[in-house]
Amino acid sequence: MSTVTNDIHHDEHHDHHDHKPSGIKRWLYTTNHKDIGTLYLWFAFIMFLIGGAMAMVIRAELFQPGLQIVDPNFFNQMTTVHGLIMVFGAVMPAFTGLANWMVPLMIGAPDMALPRMNNWSFWILPFAFLILLMSLFMEGGGPAFGWTFYAPLSTTYSNDTTALFVFSVHIMGASSIMGAINVIVTILNMRAPGMTFMKMPLFVWTWLITAFLLIAVMPVLAGAVTMVLTDKFFGTSFFDAAGGGDPVMFQHIFWFFGHPEVYIMILPAFGIVSQIVPTFSRKKLFGYSSMVYATASIALLSFIVWAHHMFTTGMPVGAELFFMFATMLISVPTGVKVFNWVATMWRGAISFEIPMMFSLAFIVLFTIGGLSGLMLAITPVDFQYHDTYFVVAHFHYVLVTGAVFSIMAATYYWLPKWTGKMFDITLAKWHFWCSLISVNLLFFPMHFVGLAGMPRRIPDYALQFADFNKWISLGGFAFGLSQLIFLALLIKACRKKGEPVSAQVWDGAEGLEWEVPSPAPYHTFETPPVVK
Amino acid sequence: MGKIFTGFWGVMAFLVSFASFAASDPKPEQYQLNLRSGVTDISQQVYDLHMTIFWICVVIAIIVFGAMLWATIFHRKSRGVKPATFHESVKVEIAWTVVPFIILIGMAIPATKTLIAMEDVSAPDVSVIVTGSQWKWHYKYMDNEVEYYSVMATQPEQIANKLEKNINYLLEVDRPLVIPTNQKVRFLITSDDVIHSWWVPDFAVKKDANPGFINEAWARVEKPGIYRGQCAELCGKDHGFMPVVVIAKEPAEYAAWIEEQEELQRKAKEEEQKLLAMNMDMDELMTVGERVYNTTCAACHMPNGEGLPGVFPALKGSDIALNDMQKHIDVVVNGVSGTAMQAYAKQLSMKELAAVITYERNAWGNDTGELVQAKDVNAVLNGQ
Repeated sequence: MSTVTNDIHHDEHHDHHDHKPSGIKRWLYTTNHKDIGTLYLWFAFIMFLIGGAMAMVIRAELFQPGLQIVDPNFFNQMTTVHGLIMVFGAVMPAFTGLANWMVPLMIGAPDMALPRMNNWSFWILPFAFLILLMSLFMEGGGPAFGWTFYAPLSTTYSNDTTALFVFSVHIMGASSIMGAINVIVTILNMRAPGMTFMKMPLFVWTWLITAFLLIAVMPVLAGAVTMVLTDKFFGTSFFDAAGGGDPVMFQHIFWFFGHPEVYIMILPAFGIVSQIVPTFSRKKLFGYSSMVYATASIALLSFIVWAHHMFTTGMPVGAELFFMFATMLISVPTGVKVFNWVATMWRGAISFEIPMMFSLAFIVLFTIGGLSGLMLAITPVDFQYHDTYFVVAHFHYVLVTGAVFSIMAATYYWLPKWTGKMFDITLAKWHFWCSLISVNLLFFPMHFVGLAGMPRRIPDYALQFADFNKWISLGGFAFGLSQLIFLALLIKACRKKGEPVSAQVWDGAEGLEWEVPSPAPYHTFETPPVVK
Repeated sequence: MGKIFTGFWGVMAFLVSFASFAASDPKPEQYQLNLRSGVTDISQQVYDLHMTIFWICVVIAIIVFGAMLWATIFHRKSRGVKPATFHESVKVEIAWTVVPFIILIGMAIPATKTLIAMEDVSAPDVSVIVTGSQWKWHYKYMDNEVEYYSVMATQPEQIANKLEKNINYLLEVDRPLVIPTNQKVRFLITSDDVIHSWWVPDFAVKKDANPGFINEAWARVEKPGIYRGQCAELCGKDHGFMPVVVIAKEPAEYAAWIEEQEELQRKAKEEEQKLLAMNMDMDELMTVGERVYNTTCAACHMPNGEGLPGVFPALKGSDIALNDMQKHIDVVVNGVSGTAMQAYAKQLSMKELAAVITYERNAWGNDTGELVQAKDVNAVLNGQ
């Protein structure tokens, strides 16, 4: 795709820049995109484990009918905070971490455009989640109204720690917006000479589009939580019919944020898979420009489909038809992406290294999630699926085997570049196969119980759902434990154990990030490379 | 790395097993895998639509995954293949944009027809107002003097695993909704507090109950029988314990049932008036009060009267339950606006109200020794 002509080896005159404060100060004060990327990635992984622990509580309670372990109020806190942590604490920061590490390396920039804001946007995040997690231990407990915090359950009928939830979401939103601004400014202004837009790697393209989505919708979320705050504490009636408001309006506002948010969590994943599949197929990405246009189409369409989350709220039939058609339309550009990946593999010379394995699993399992999404788009049938485990199965296929698998693929793909050492391949294989099998045991039977009529967000269920729920829980525990293998592998990698790797790492890899030495020096591309 | 295929086939096997079970006759049994075709013409249409789209998805999946599988077997580096160099084709891109689009139009046409039929609530034979509140349903027949609350009937001991769970665990209520077969029954759905969602899978009816707004849905049930569903929208602590049970009866049986209910409700009102002149003793009040408390109040204030700190206030040792009796009656009868405390005047009889307030003032060490009688409640009800 692009070649580098000038000498991009680390400039000796700048070696003194490698002197950085040691210990905690290095991480607190850092403005280096690689350090901040590492911080984001570790933060995301810790949050993934905490959110995962909450999922274990949920699955333990649902292991058999009856109430055994937690009371319903705490169960609701677990489902709520699990959702919030996984969305805002794990998936989004992980992608931001990958963007921090890789976008400057991929476009030949020395760092992110706004390094101090970069530091700030990371360091407010731990406080946001500390506030959220602390609320669980306060009187009345944490938020228990679902991560979608529908009014009036989150206003009149919630407890006082809702204020902490609102404050925490505000901080997460501010962090996301700053991260997005940084990505946009970096990509628009700091590309190496010769790197035109249509030469940018797909990961950079998808992140650029994602960043615009973030700037467009995070303020809407901020508006929604602020209205919840004033409805609850200051006597406004945005969502209270008695004061002239409308509780359904809350859902319109929330999902106007929420649907683009879904694509915020999947577009960078598309970018990652579009980097990895060509590398291990030893063949250029098929349909590069159509991939870019498909990404942009998905992003634009994401603004006009929000009410497909609300088909049962009693919208006029005309609105239901509009949102059904618009939603079905999204499957066209999404399909184009899947077809392009398969065409990239077609007649390539494929090998099956760990990042490729995760990417192949991504394509298959994300497609399953996409197809159930198409089923959900059909309004009359959605009345049956809505708010059941069928929906839970759907969004976990696109988010866990989709977004999370892509993050794991990306970690394995770029980890040798970050550490300079090949990761422990045996552990990685264990991680992959344990995760793949358990994740399907966990989420596939959810389709069945959902179709059979099990509502989501219930702490106890009717007897006919018992057998599948047992399997689902076992799958859940196995998937949770599998991630400890990943933890062990990452700790080992960070201690720089393993075989040294070349600059290119993977024999089919192309792009600027593979031209710098492994591990990537603290400062790279201080003189921009020229891309032809 | 032949292992890649193991995972792939695992997924395919899941898909195929899903497909083969999906085609079999759906019964609400242990291993039910698919939607129910239900008992209305609409629910049958919905089921057919679901199956059509499911099979289209299966075909798409087989084509895409088949191509991937082919490539992973025959285009692998270990076979010594040389990679091709092609990387774009406008014709192919157009083809796989246009073909899916046409398939989507094929899906959208029957879906639109069914949706429009579902949303046609005109000309109902019977109308029922369905009102959700935390955590029960209220049914009111628009053309008759019949209305009542429908509360889950599963015993708390079953939920706590102290008693064996019966076959309709969590899906049974004290008073089901009764509707006639072969008549268009319209449901006017709303809520008294948070958003609930009234769902009966066999009717393919799921509609949100929004406070302050009324939604409409309808069903024409073809077969007499008992149909069970649940609240489908997270509505707070006991969201999982808010079942819907509907009994469909032949029209003649239904008419007889309605008449009987009207008579019963009339009698109950007369009883109520008589009660005003009577005084009940402590034992009777406490017995009735305990029963009412455990079915109506314990969900929030807990069976031990201690509530949930920070969420639902305690009654044990509370100022209102120990001292101000008028305030106590007022809170129970009229509720507290802006909180989860409902107005129980329309949910309980005066006898039950009197008994439960007495119980709250004398249980768990709240030993005021005070009795509340139906006439005391009546006085507050009438604003005296």
